[in-house]
Amino acid sequence: MDQRIGKVMAQVAMVMNLDKCIGCHTCSVTCKQAWTNRPGVEYVWFNNVETRPGQGYPRRHEDQERWQGGWKRTAAGRLKPRAGGRLKKLATIFANPKMPSIQDYYEPWTYDYEHLVSAPLGDDIPGARPRSLISGDPMQIKWSANWDDDLAGGEELGSQDPIVQKIGDKVKFEYEQSFMFYLPRICEHCLNPSCVASCPSGAMYKRAEDGIVLVDQDKCRGWRMCVTGCPYKKVYFNHKTGKAEKCTLCYPRIEVGMPTVCSETCVGRLRYLGVVLYDVERVGKAAAVKDEQDLYEAQLDVFLDPDDPDVQAAARRDGIPERWLESARRSPIHLLAKRFRLALPLHPEYRTMPMVWYIPPLSPVVDALSETGHDGEDADNLFAAVDTLRIPVEYLAELFTAGDPEPVRAVLNRLAAMRAYMRRINLGEPPDESIAEAVGLTGKEIEQIYRLLALAKYDDRYVIPTAYGVDEADRGVIDEIGCSLDFDGGPGMGGSGPFGEASGTPAPASVETFHALRDRQTSDDPAGASRRFNLLNWDGNGRPPGLFPDRDRQARRHTQDGEYLHDREESQ
Amino acid sequence: MSPTALDHLLWGALPYVVLAILIGGTVWRYRYDRFGWTTRSSQLYESRLLRIASPVFHFGLLVVIIGHVVGLLIPETWTEAVGITDERYHVTALSLGAIAGVTTLGGIALLIWRRRTNGPVFSATTVNDKVMYLVLVAAILAGLTTTLLSAVAGLTGGHEVDYRETVSPWFRSIWILQPDVAAMAAASTAFKVHVLIGLTLFALFPFTRLVHAFSAPVWYLFRPYVVYRTRDQEPTPASRPAPRGWS
Repeated sequence: MDQRIGKVMAQVAMVMNLDKCIGCHTCSVTCKQAWTNRPGVEYVWFNNVETRPGQGYPRRHEDQERWQGGWKRTAAGRLKPRAGGRLKKLATIFANPKMPSIQDYYEPWTYDYEHLVSAPLGDDIPGARPRSLISGDPMQIKWSANWDDDLAGGEELGSQDPIVQKIGDKVKFEYEQSFMFYLPRICEHCLNPSCVASCPSGAMYKRAEDGIVLVDQDKCRGWRMCVTGCPYKKVYFNHKTGKAEKCTLCYPRIEVGMPTVCSETCVGRLRYLGVVLYDVERVGKAAAVKDEQDLYEAQLDVFLDPDDPDVQAAARRDGIPERWLESARRSPIHLLAKRFRLALPLHPEYRTMPMVWYIPPLSPVVDALSETGHDGEDADNLFAAVDTLRIPVEYLAELFTAGDPEPVRAVLNRLAAMRAYMRRINLGEPPDESIAEAVGLTGKEIEQIYRLLALAKYDDRYVIPTAYGVDEADRGVIDEIGCSLDFDGGPGMGGSGPFGEASGTPAPASVETFHALRDRQTSDDPAGASRRFNLLNWDGNGRPPGLFPDRDRQARRHTQDGEYLHDREESQ
Repeated sequence: MSPTALDHLLWGALPYVVLAILIGGTVWRYRYDRFGWTTRSSQLYESRLLRIASPVFHFGLLVVIIGHVVGLLIPETWTEAVGITDERYHVTALSLGAIAGVTTLGGIALLIWRRRTNGPVFSATTVNDKVMYLVLVAAILAGLTTTLLSAVAGLTGGHEVDYRETVSPWFRSIWILQPDVAAMAAASTAFKVHVLIGLTLFALFPFTRLVHAFSAPVWYLFRPYVVYRTRDQEPTPASRPAPRGWS
């Protein structure tokens, strides 16, 4: 360590291995079920999977000329939110000039399923028409969170990708020359979060213990500046509660040592979770380095080596518990990001120091080489092929290294070396150390990488210590076994107070989710239609339509009951 | 003319009732409903109109509030002492007030029109909001009426009761717990109506979305950009007492 070690902090970080992502959206769906299946966040995906090249969600969110997310380095070398400093934020507080509208995400909808069973008898088979969940009106579906999935829309949509527009004709959309890969995105839980910096209320914060970035729902006043501040557009506005919501890195699970829902349910086993130690005093300077392409290295310098005794001493000095230190030493994130340099940050040029990193995808390189008559798994052939891969290195560099192709090329070479090295072992040939040396590794390290990336055992992928103050006995214990009504205030909550939707003491998310789900499954009317009324959202005012069955329907039933009773009386 | 019993009720007792509701209601709301304490912004649904109407309304309102503070709190004798004649004061106050008032009214008119015509925004409007808008618009209209009446009186040379000799002394007297009922009783009907609507607005204030005004985030200017917070220490399942036996 040539630098003095400042205050040591720990962060639970994630790495995703894009080579293994098959774009099945299981992470998105399970995340939505767990966190955003409530009214007001219908359009929200804390986790979404984008096809690249593509516009992403919300549409073209990477176009910071337009959305002004992240930080800007001033001429004096200081950082300031790109959308404007404190004074400008307050001056524009009455209407955020750079906030995406619901159309930039997509207008959420449901289908008029009831029509399938209630349509009058006719010659045509009844259909379920889409209805907007925002206005309740019938709507035309024109966009969604992954409308351009698998390059749907081809060049027409793909050419609107901000990176494609930047690197131009390197990206081909002709069928034979096209390429694509998937990019799952969650909140980056940045070391230098610009959403937190943009919050006028101080409701957003980075947790000191594990670095998770959260919104205090009791302090948020709905100024919406965080939505603009986040360059990844991963802070969302709940239009029912009027508060910001975002990915929580499933902190209730992380606290008891369990992986996030998206990680746990990932069928490709491509996500890794672990602790990274970093020097918080270096963050500001590292995020403000002059050249954008130096940001990747600068961030690596912020990370501390958990095996270094000086770092350990400093961490103990700063109150990091022993089991967090132990966990940091086994952290797959430290191995992948810093030690083996296989993972890269997403858009370091936003200067937020993101903490969800990605192993760039090695295109289907072996088959491509074999087709040309070469030995597709020979190390030299592989290295030479990296520059002519179907996924242009330039494209990956725009995503992960602010356009510098060298680090991307180095990662792809290391991945190719692993293939060639392990292939010899699998074929029973003696291991070839020169392959490992060519990419600056040893054979032993390559086998370690192979174990981590290819075998990807559960316990190797997720190394999560239980939170401070949480007993080791709590590992894996989540409250879901208990009755969700068993808390202060008792059963009967789940309504809302008299000051508008969702005012009053909020019901726990689990209760709200339960009610919403049951409502949706048992309700006769499509959600969003004005006839249906969700008590969860009732503000206690008046008699909104749908609160009670409508009068004629009720009257009709009464008459029928009356006649029925009448009949019985007569027959007696 | 000595103040009647009604005058004592309206200008002697009512202000304190409203104050109690405003302060007590706000404290109660904050304790009970921190989660519901928000601007309840509808910008996600519609931002083209909002981007014009909302700043126009809010900035207009800020000027109106500053005008009220100056007019109600600074006694006539002080402005005269620094050499501002009564006439000059009134010309400035009325013209600035009229401009700010009309701006505010225009802003809120556009906001209400947007709220009524935009489907999603309208369906997010509660009865609570509608009552609040009604009282707020009534207060602005009544205030503008007093301004216009004063201006007309000034132009035609007629004698209009000066609010700085009636409403303002009464307003200041409230805070020293010796309400000058006679002063307020001497004010013109227009001022009385405006004051009554204003009192209604203050009484409604803690129970509507207007509370967001109380959380104007001024201290944002003075805090570091990135906020760190330690985890709340809550009892964990293992350290919590065991649930009752039947579960």
